[in-house]
Amino acid sequence: MADIEIEIDGKKLQANPDAMVMQVADAAGIYIPRFCYHKHLSIAANCRMCLVEVEKAPKPMPACATPVMPGMKVFTRSAKALAAQKAVMEFLLINHPLDCPICDQGGECELQDLAMGYGPDKSFYHEGKRSVKDKDIGPLISTEMTRCIQCTRCVRFGAETAGFRELGATGRGERMEIGTYIQHAMESEVSGNIIDLCPVGALTSKPFRFTARAWELEQYPSIAAHDCLGSNIYVHTLRGKVMRVVPHENDEINQTWISDRDRYSYEGLNHEDRLEKPRIRKQDGWQETDWQTALEFATQGLQRVLNAEGGNELAALASPNSTLEEFYLLQKLLRSLGSSNIDHRLRQSDFSDQETSPIFPGLDMPIADLENRDVIVLLGCNLQKEEPIASLKVRKAALKGAKIIVVNMMDYDFHFNVSHKKIIAPHQFVDAVKELTNDPAIAEIVRNAKSLAVLLGAQSLNHLESSSIRFYAEKIASLANGTVGLLTEGCNAAGAWIAGAIPHRTAAGKPVSKIGLNAETILTDARKAYILLNVEPDLDCANSIAAINALDQAECVIALSTFKNPVLEQFADVILPVAPFTETSGTFVNAEGKWQKFKGVVTPLGETRPAWKVLRVMANFLKCEGFEFESSEKVREEVHELFLQGTAGASSPRPSRKEHPSPAALRASTSPTRGEVRISRVGEIPIYSGDNIQRRAKALQATQPIIEGNVAVVKIHPLTAEKLHLKEMEPAIIKQFENRIRLTVIFDTRVPENAAYIAGGITATSGLSQLFGPVEIHKA
Amino acid sequence: MSEIKKTLLSSAAQESIDRWMKRYPADQKRSAVLEALRIVQEENGGWLTVELMDAVAEFLEMAPIAVYEIVSFYSMYNVKPVGRYVLNVCTNISCMLSDSERIVDHIKKRLEIGINETTADGRFTLREVECLAACAAAPAMQVGKKYYEHLTPDKVDAILEELE
Repeated sequence: MADIEIEIDGKKLQANPDAMVMQVADAAGIYIPRFCYHKHLSIAANCRMCLVEVEKAPKPMPACATPVMPGMKVFTRSAKALAAQKAVMEFLLINHPLDCPICDQGGECELQDLAMGYGPDKSFYHEGKRSVKDKDIGPLISTEMTRCIQCTRCVRFGAETAGFRELGATGRGERMEIGTYIQHAMESEVSGNIIDLCPVGALTSKPFRFTARAWELEQYPSIAAHDCLGSNIYVHTLRGKVMRVVPHENDEINQTWISDRDRYSYEGLNHEDRLEKPRIRKQDGWQETDWQTALEFATQGLQRVLNAEGGNELAALASPNSTLEEFYLLQKLLRSLGSSNIDHRLRQSDFSDQETSPIFPGLDMPIADLENRDVIVLLGCNLQKEEPIASLKVRKAALKGAKIIVVNMMDYDFHFNVSHKKIIAPHQFVDAVKELTNDPAIAEIVRNAKSLAVLLGAQSLNHLESSSIRFYAEKIASLANGTVGLLTEGCNAAGAWIAGAIPHRTAAGKPVSKIGLNAETILTDARKAYILLNVEPDLDCANSIAAINALDQAECVIALSTFKNPVLEQFADVILPVAPFTETSGTFVNAEGKWQKFKGVVTPLGETRPAWKVLRVMANFLKCEGFEFESSEKVREEVHELFLQGTAGASSPRPSRKEHPSPAALRASTSPTRGEVRISRVGEIPIYSGDNIQRRAKALQATQPIIEGNVAVVKIHPLTAEKLHLKEMEPAIIKQFENRIRLTVIFDTRVPENAAYIAGGITATSGLSQLFGPVEIHKA
Repeated sequence: MSEIKKTLLSSAAQESIDRWMKRYPADQKRSAVLEALRIVQEENGGWLTVELMDAVAEFLEMAPIAVYEIVSFYSMYNVKPVGRYVLNVCTNISCMLSDSERIVDHIKKRLEIGINETTADGRFTLREVECLAACAAAPAMQVGKKYYEHLTPDKVDAILEELE
C-alpha cells in the first residue's frame, strides 16, 4: 500500500498506512513519552502516558495504539495533550515511591526522567501508598515490586520474545501484581533483558545493584565474547573496573537484546582467579617476576626444544574466544618456527574434511535472515542454550509458520514448536541424519521448502563423525537449494580460520605444504613444547585426559592465560597473564562473517598485557621476522589484506561450499566401529560452562543449576538403566577406554536409549577422553 | 524427572473439558480455560490447588502463569479451602447505597466470622464481591448459582437456616 500523509506537530510526514502514530513520530524524531510501548513488543496501551491530541477526536488518544489515517493531524505538545500526559503522570506517581535517591534505577529511570518533564513539583496525595511484596526470581534479577507501574513489558517479553512465560500479572485492580505467583527463579536464558525493559526500578540487575550510579559510569561499545553471533554490547566501567554489560542495539544481529551469558559474564573478569604478574617455574615452585625475565625464560625454554628437536615438536592451542589478531600472531609465530601444529577447535574430534572446508565455517547467510526461513533443520543443536539470540530468531520464524525439524541427542524443550523430531544416541546419530529424509513427511517438508536452513550445533561439530554429519547435512540442504550453517563454539572460530589458527592453512585459507597436527592429535601425539592461549586443558579440550597427560610429559609449556588454573599451575613452566576482551583491542568475526572490531575498555589488570603484544614480543625475542606491529590495528590490516587477496576482493565473502569427501572415505577416522558401541556419551557443555570467563561469573554459576540441575552426574533413560542394573541416585563407574570416573546416576527421559548424558567442560568429567565416544557404565 | 507425567484431572473432568474445547478452534484450546477451571474447582470441593491449576494448564497447553492470572483475577475461583456455601455479598455502589454494610455486619455477627473466613463447621464462607449485576434488586448476594435479592437481616436469617 502506498504511504499516506499525516501531520504531527505541524510537520508533514509520510506514513505506512498500517503504522501507529507512535511509530511515525519515532521515525521522525518526535518524542512522545511512553512506558508500556516498546518497538519490539506487542502494543498494550495500558500506561496511557503517550496520550496525544488528534484533530477531530473528542478525547486524547494513545499514540502507541492509534492507527494513522490520511490527513490526520496529531499534536503531541498541545495544551490538551500536555494536560492529559500530566494527569497520567500524576496517577502513576500515586502509588510509586518518591524516593529516587535510594533506588538503584535512579539516574537512568524512564519514570524519573518523565516525572521531571511532566510531573508536578508537589504531590497532592496524602493517603497511604500501595506496597507490594518483593519476589525472589533468582540470582540474576532483583525485584522491588512496589516500584512497578505495571506496564507489562516484562510479561510481554517473556510471552512473545523469549517464548517462556514466567512472569504474569496476577490479581486484579488495586491488588494486581507482577510476579511468578508460585515463587521460583527465572529459567529463561535471555531473562536479563527485562531489566532493560523495565522503565522503573522494579527489576534491576542483582550483581550490579547498588554498586554504582548510572552517571558515574563510562560507556564503551564492545562485542560479546561468548557465542558465534557477536552480539553488540556496551560495557559500563567505573574507575577502571567493568561494572556491567548492557545491549548495544544492532538490528542485523541482536536487535535490543543480549543473552544472560553475554550480560553477566563480566563478573568473571573481576574474579580472584585473575593473574596479575608473570610467573616462572623454579625448582622450589612458582615465582612471580617481571615481563622481561618471564619472556626470556619462556623463549629460552622454547629455543632449547627447537634446537634439539626442531619445529615439529612445537604445538599451540588457542581458545576459540581469542581475537583475530591473537590467532594471526600465534600462527605466524609457530609457522616462523617451522610448525603448523596449531588449532583452536578444542572440543572437536573429527577433522577429516578440513581441507574441503570453506575459508571459514559459519552460518552461510545473514543472521537476521534466520527469521525469514520457512524450514529449519537443527542437527545436534541445543540452540536455545548454545546461541540464545539465534534461537529468538528461529522462534520468530516458527511463529511465522516455519517448520522446524530436529535431530538431537537429547530431547530439549525448545521455545518454538518443533514439527518433527528424532532423538537418538550419538553412535546412531549419523545414520539418523543420513536417513532423515527417508521419512516421507519430513522429505515432503524439506523438498517443498522455499528457503531452507540446516543448522549444525556444537554437538554435531564436536561429534566423532562430524564430517559425515556435515556431508549428509549438505545432502539435505541440496534437496531444496538450502544453506548449511555451522554454529561454531566460542565467539571467534571464523576469525581463527581466517587468521590461520588451523593446522592445514595459513591466513586467508592458503594451504600449507605440510599439514600440522590438529586439536586432537596435538594432545594424543604428545609434543615437547606447547604454547597455550587461554586454554584450560582440563575443561576446554574434548580429550581432557590426553591434554593433562601431554602437558605432563612436555619439556616446555608456555601458558598465556587470563586466569589461574590448577592444571596449568601443575604443568606449565611459564604463565603469562594476558588481557581478556575488555582489556585489549581486537576483532571478532561472527558466524555471518562480519568483522567486528573493539577497543579495550579498561586498562589491563595489574601487569596483565594484551596477548597480541605478548606474542609479538615473543617473536622478537625468538628473532622471527615480520613482527614489527605497533598496534593490533596493524595486525588486523595485514590479515585483512591477505583476506582480500585470498577471496579475490569479494567485499562480503560467502564461504565457498565445496563437495565434502564421502563418509566412506572418512570412515577410517578416529571413531570406533559403530556396531560395537552399546552406550555412547552425550558430552554436552552446560549452559554457563563454555569458557574461562563464564565459569568464573558468580551469578551465572548460581543460575546454571537452576536451569540444568546438577550437571556433575550421569543422566540416563530409565530403560537403559534397567538394562545396566543401575538405580537412581546411586553412584556408578563410567569407563571410557582405560579411563574411569565416578558419577551419581540420575534418570532422565530426555536422554535417548543407549546413551548417557555426561557433561563436558566441568572438572567432574575431565578424566574422560571423548565427548561423544562410547562409554561403559557399571554399578559402583 | 523420571516419572511419566500423569494428569491429576479425573476422567469425568477431562471429558467435560473436552466437550467445551470442541466449541473452539482446535489451535485455541485455551479458550476453554474458564470452564475447565470451574469444572475442576467444583470437583475439588470448591477450590483450586496449584497442582490442579498446573494440570489445567498442561491439559490446555497454556503457561501455568496464564492460568494463575485468570484464577487470581476472577473472584469465583478460590485458591484456599472454602465452606460448603460461599456467601458472596455485593458491596458495590448500588448495594452499598441500599445498605449492604448492614447485611455484611449481620452475617458476621450471626456466623461469628469475618470477611474471607469460614465457619468452624465448614458450612459458610463470607465474601464481599463487586457488582453482581443485580442493582435493581439491591442489596444482593450470590450463593452457589443462586441469587438472593432485596436482602434484609431477617431474610438473610431465613436463607442461612435453609442452607444446610
